[in-house]
Amino acid sequence: MKYGRYPFVVGFLAPGLILYVLFVLSPFAQAFHYSLTDWTGITPEFEYVGLQNFEQLLNDSIFLRALRNNAMVLVFVPAVTVFLALLFAFLLNVGGGATSAGVKGIRGSGFYKLVFFMPQVLAIPVIAVIWSVIFEPTSRGLVNSALGQVGIGPLGFLSDPALALWCVMWVLVWGSVGFYLVLFNAAISSVPREIFEAAVIDGAGRAATFRKVTLPLLWDTVQTSWVYLAILALDIYALVAVMTAGPGGPDNATQVMSLQIAQNGFNFGRAGYASAMGVVLFFLTMVIAVIMLRISRRDRIEF
Amino acid sequence: MPHPVPQSRRIFLQRAGVAAVAVAGGSTFLNACASSGGGNTDDNRGERTDENPFGVEATAPLSVVIFDGGYGDEYAKFHQGLYNEVFPDSEISHKAITDIRQQMQPLFNAGNPPDVLDNAGAEAMPISTLADTGQLADLSELFAADALGFDGMTVEETLNPVAIESGEYDGKPLVLNYALQVYGLWYDRALFDENGWEPAETWDDFLALCEEIKGTGMAPLAHQGKYPYYIEQLLWDLAVKHGGPEVAYAIDSLEPGAWEHESMKLAAEAIAELKSKGYMLEGTEGLDHIQSQTAWNEHKAAFITCGSWLENEQKEVAPEGFETTVSPTPLLDGATLPFDCGRVEAAEAFIVPAKAQNVPGGLEYMRQMLSKEGAAEFTKLTAAPTVVDGATEGLELTPGATSAIAIIDSGGDNNWNYYYNKWYTPMEPKIGSAVAELAAGRIDADEFVSRAQKAADEAAEDPNTVKRTRSA
Repeated sequence: MKYGRYPFVVGFLAPGLILYVLFVLSPFAQAFHYSLTDWTGITPEFEYVGLQNFEQLLNDSIFLRALRNNAMVLVFVPAVTVFLALLFAFLLNVGGGATSAGVKGIRGSGFYKLVFFMPQVLAIPVIAVIWSVIFEPTSRGLVNSALGQVGIGPLGFLSDPALALWCVMWVLVWGSVGFYLVLFNAAISSVPREIFEAAVIDGAGRAATFRKVTLPLLWDTVQTSWVYLAILALDIYALVAVMTAGPGGPDNATQVMSLQIAQNGFNFGRAGYASAMGVVLFFLTMVIAVIMLRISRRDRIEF
Repeated sequence: MPHPVPQSRRIFLQRAGVAAVAVAGGSTFLNACASSGGGNTDDNRGERTDENPFGVEATAPLSVVIFDGGYGDEYAKFHQGLYNEVFPDSEISHKAITDIRQQMQPLFNAGNPPDVLDNAGAEAMPISTLADTGQLADLSELFAADALGFDGMTVEETLNPVAIESGEYDGKPLVLNYALQVYGLWYDRALFDENGWEPAETWDDFLALCEEIKGTGMAPLAHQGKYPYYIEQLLWDLAVKHGGPEVAYAIDSLEPGAWEHESMKLAAEAIAELKSKGYMLEGTEGLDHIQSQTAWNEHKAAFITCGSWLENEQKEVAPEGFETTVSPTPLLDGATLPFDCGRVEAAEAFIVPAKAQNVPGGLEYMRQMLSKEGAAEFTKLTAAPTVVDGATEGLELTPGATSAIAIIDSGGDNNWNYYYNKWYTPMEPKIGSAVAELAAGRIDADEFVSRAQKAADEAAEDPNTVKRTRSA
């Protein structure tokens, strides 16, 4: 590099790095530190308790329940979201089939894109409130009045332990599909049209085109989405906190780790214990991110 | 939720790390500004006189932080006016907020808390942790001082006993719970008059009344099922009125088998009975306080469980002519307490932090709050009674406040209270879950009792829980 470039590069990197160290790395280090203490979060004093917080976590039935629920979300939400987003993106771009003008999406695809993206501009608490109202458990509720027409219900969507977590997961999927749709849409747009046209000319139907052409070409993007969605699934704090009974209920049916961290750290005055949960969550997130990337690794297709 | 599109796997993993911080959430962020510094405990007091029993420095500024919730903050401005009448040279900083914890926690950690704090609302700091860690100034001086507006009485003598009891930790008065809250079954007096109904005094009569109400197409009872605390009040009142306050003492003291008490079991059976007989508003176990209380205001249900803030909370929603009134909980067969009493709780926890700059000023401010004038103004502005006995005499009050004060007066020494939820915070959501399952008819009384007992045993065995005891 020529003389004078280093100060230039450093000048650009330093502010970001400093902020990163100050607000990301240092809180991490502190969380690890506090996880070994009995800090209440309220007073400056604390004592070191070794690994006692972690030991206690192993026997904390509510935390283990939260872990299980997070695992459920982790299995279903990324899979369903990616599937739906891919499917819709495919339909919007290629689903219209081939005409003399080439391959195109289904009719009105611009409008659909807008509609799918809409939830993305709403804040999560707003989404949570809207869906709480839609899921109202009396016969006046939107879904329940529709179900009532065909003689079902009313169902307690968020008040029945068997349904509540599914309802929350559905809202998370609903709120996420639009973003990934746009992401996949952009990825498809960057694939040369000729590839799709060649597939169509070779007689591939919609399903075959999707499976054999679209999916492999978009694999990098799908992989990315997968990790992001996994992280989202480990969080879902806002939705659960606003939508569910308790929150985290009924009967811990929607209890998740992030909620337990907040409760212990703030409501129970057990910041040390909550930090231990945060440390566990940190490692889980890292491990899952790595696993997700490993199992989805494939050869990259250049075009 | 919008995530940027990553360029490479490496950036990606970095971002995964960032997101993990976001996921790990508040706890780590909080740590960024966490424990540091000590506090100023320097107690510069002026001369103590009869007018100035705590030796307040006349020019010392006073900082007051009020929870701006259901009671608003108008009353606090009035109290500050009273304080300034005594100390006109003291500059008062008034702050009304709702996120108490977020704003106050860093100040406590830094040893720089306000002089008076109204630690209330959903975002209040855990009060027992504050007490156990020595963050609260001793209020003994305040309670022993002369009360303002009551000739020759000390502050303590003017207060409802629950005010002292609820503020004591390890025998020391540390918290001033200012407002009295009365729990019971709430109904619309006008509706009941119209239908010739009368709130029942015994459980059998109550069931008969429920049957009659149900016959008109109205649900007999609604509750705020999303928050089990409300229906838990009915359970508690049934149990304690049946077995006496010892039921509450045993539970609060984490005595083995306390929840398995006969009275608690009968009360749980009574709740289950309301559900199984179809006396609860359809879907009420999934409604929040706004939805359920609005349904009750719309006469979709005759009774609702709640505390005495209900009338004020619903005043924008309640239709013209709606007379919010509270009835004591009916008595199960063999009850030991009379009908006309109930759970009377002192709430709205005012504290003077031990490390406050102006501790004597904080105590004096509380004395002004507890003066006859100060307490009466609070009730006038909020329709809620205070812990100051007799401060509401001669005030024109709403039907809700009148009926609530009637229970305070008629119940007298029979009024009771429980504290486990404030003493053992991690236990409360476990009990709440079990109560919600009971009220939704998903578990029976036996299972409720054993689940509640298990939660209590876990609290008793937890090394990080400070155990407390109560007795008559």
